[in-house]
Amino acid sequence: MWEQQVVFWLLALAMGGAAIGVVRSNDVVHSVLFLIVVLAGAAAQYILLAAEFVAWVQVLIYIGAVVVLFLFGVMLTRAPMGDDGARLNNDQRGAAAVVALLIFGVLTALLVDAFGGQEIRFGADLVAQGRPQAIGSDLFRNFVVPFEVLSMLLLAALVGAVVLARKD
Amino acid sequence: MELNQFLILSAFIFAVGVYGVLARRNGVLVLMSVELMLNAVNINLIAFSAFNHNIRGNIFALFITAIAAAEVGVGLAIVLLIYRNLRSPDLDRVEQLKG
Repeated sequence: MWEQQVVFWLLALAMGGAAIGVVRSNDVVHSVLFLIVVLAGAAAQYILLAAEFVAWVQVLIYIGAVVVLFLFGVMLTRAPMGDDGARLNNDQRGAAAVVALLIFGVLTALLVDAFGGQEIRFGADLVAQGRPQAIGSDLFRNFVVPFEVLSMLLLAALVGAVVLARKD
Repeated sequence: MELNQFLILSAFIFAVGVYGVLARRNGVLVLMSVELMLNAVNINLIAFSAFNHNIRGNIFALFITAIAAAEVGVGLAIVLLIYRNLRSPDLDRVEQLKG
């Protein structure tokens, strides 16, 4: 069990540092790279939790598609890079830090109070539950209507993005 | 492993995302902070899915991933439109709605 703990803490430290890098970096492209570290760390945490299929979906959709979209956004809006970083932040950083610390403190106190000391039991059934076969059969047996609604949402988002971004 | 270590990691990333949304001026960076918050929620769902040995958490995480992709597409189109109209991606310059 201690190997899992070592991997978890290494990943958690990398993710925490990279998450702070996303919101503190003075270069938009560096922020995107830090975001990749956070997303890859999250995928590794899913593997650690035996959610194999969701981990690969995370790699494909987030790191593969969403990050590329962000890089296109950076390119098309000519975001300031290098030492021009003061333009990236507004003047309410102190208040934002207070709000974030409050949220983190309250959530942590609540979680320790509610779930302190509860262990996750790992076993063969957990591994089987994360496989694409199990997820696919549950998805198409019990969640067909939400799945179809989601396809309509994606279509609407696609058309909406084209209509918004077209030049005329 | 304890359930709480995943939940507290996710709470930390969520709080960092909230800070980013509030403190960033650039529209692309605000959207990236929103992605951080959505990912924190996903970690939570997967952790509870493993804790309860229930597959529903995995399925909800997949739905959230798909919705996040749609949200980024539309959000970046809106930021692009703001850039085209105001010559700047800064969200605090969008003040024409002020009465």
